[in-house]
Amino acid sequence: MSGMSKIVKTAVNILFPLTMIFGLYVIAHGHLTPGGGFQGGAIVASGCAMIVVAYGSKWVFKQIKEKRLSSFESIGAVGFIAVALLGLVFSTVFFGNFLAGSSLLFGTIPATGSTGADFNTGGVLPLMNFAVGVKVIAGLFVIVLVMAYASSVKEWDT
Amino acid sequence: MGVEFFIANILVLILTVVASLVAMLLRDLLAAAVAMAAMSLLLSLEFFILQAPDVAIAEAGVGACLSTAIVIIAINGTKRMEDE
Repeated sequence: MSGMSKIVKTAVNILFPLTMIFGLYVIAHGHLTPGGGFQGGAIVASGCAMIVVAYGSKWVFKQIKEKRLSSFESIGAVGFIAVALLGLVFSTVFFGNFLAGSSLLFGTIPATGSTGADFNTGGVLPLMNFAVGVKVIAGLFVIVLVMAYASSVKEWDT
Repeated sequence: MGVEFFIANILVLILTVVASLVAMLLRDLLAAAVAMAAMSLLLSLEFFILQAPDVAIAEAGVGACLSTAIVIIAINGTKRMEDE
């Protein structure tokens, strides 16, 4: 499909960074606030779908290859399983939270009771949220891209 | 759960049904897609009223944005107005 008018393109240029920031915020704060990997990934992918609708699939295919999106999706799935297997290595069980309680990344244990939200908590949960987020962004964006590409093909060969 | 809570619940549900009826009855397919997005947004508001903000974010992202984008792309491949 071809691009839309200049009004739509300008509105998308303004809205796209805000959508990106909000989606990445939802992914990064998945262990503190409602949302998480899937929800934030859906928000970021809808920002990318906005770009596809406004600028047309030909322009988007010039910028990004779907092979790269496919490898991003695989990186998400492999990262999720790798973190779970690291739990088997460093802790006792599969999905073991080996980072919680240590002084490493995301290692602080929050105080009990109603305290302010501390971002540096949660152990491996933020890492898993990042992995799920990358997988969902790539998967949903490639669905929209394939749909746009298939509707831009005028005549099928069959 | 006060009475104003109940009234807001009923109002949002009625508006959801109205928006889906509008999406069914419109002949302009692009306007029908926008009405469907409004129905999805009202449904996510209903999820938020029922204290499921997680589901509300997922519904707003997938239902109101992604499915509307896919439907608009599909309309762009065909005609905008529906035939008789």
